[in-house]
Amino acid sequence: MIADILITFFLVVSGVFGLVGSFGLIKLRDTMQRVHAPTKATTLGVGGVLIASMLYFLLIKGSFSFHELLITLFLLLTAPITANFIAKTFIAVHLRARDLPETGGEYGWAVYDDPPTRPDAE
Amino acid sequence: MITGALVFAFACYGLGLLFNLWRIATGPDAADRILALDTMVINVIALLILYGIWRGTAVYYEASMLVAMVGFVSTVAYARFVLRGDIIE
Repeated sequence: MIADILITFFLVVSGVFGLVGSFGLIKLRDTMQRVHAPTKATTLGVGGVLIASMLYFLLIKGSFSFHELLITLFLLLTAPITANFIAKTFIAVHLRARDLPETGGEYGWAVYDDPPTRPDAE
Repeated sequence: MITGALVFAFACYGLGLLFNLWRIATGPDAADRILALDTMVINVIALLILYGIWRGTAVYYEASMLVAMVGFVSTVAYARFVLRGDIIE
């Protein structure tokens, strides 16, 4: 009974998170705003589904597997990289270097400037 | 109880897929389409795992792992193509 309630809770919460992430994709106005909804909410939703699956196979079927943790780890690692790439794509297509604030560091924005060379590279 | 929650989660992710399709069809530029395709891949992973719970088999983990890897690589390749005009320099 406790197992049923736990699994149901995780399934419902993850479904709501996934729906919110995909709804934000059509609701938000700007591309840079739209990057936020799927990369955060949907990744959390998939994490909830994976936890529910792990609990189901552990508590109902009686077999433990840690494949789900691998998938969760992979998704949590790749979601920020994906968001960074999409933001860089948007910046490269729509903005120029004068539209952006100063980086405050020694080098400019990575989208426009060449990568810095090490002094001992020659 | 678990069956009802599974049906609810299936409905949520299926509706999410429809939203993503709408964004792919009407997206103003390429960044929106890349983002919608990546979200679609994540939703499909969730649907595969839900189907695995539904059928009670552990076969679908490997399928969802493969979908996750292929989806990440294809997203990076598409973004890189728009960014640099070339995938492998």
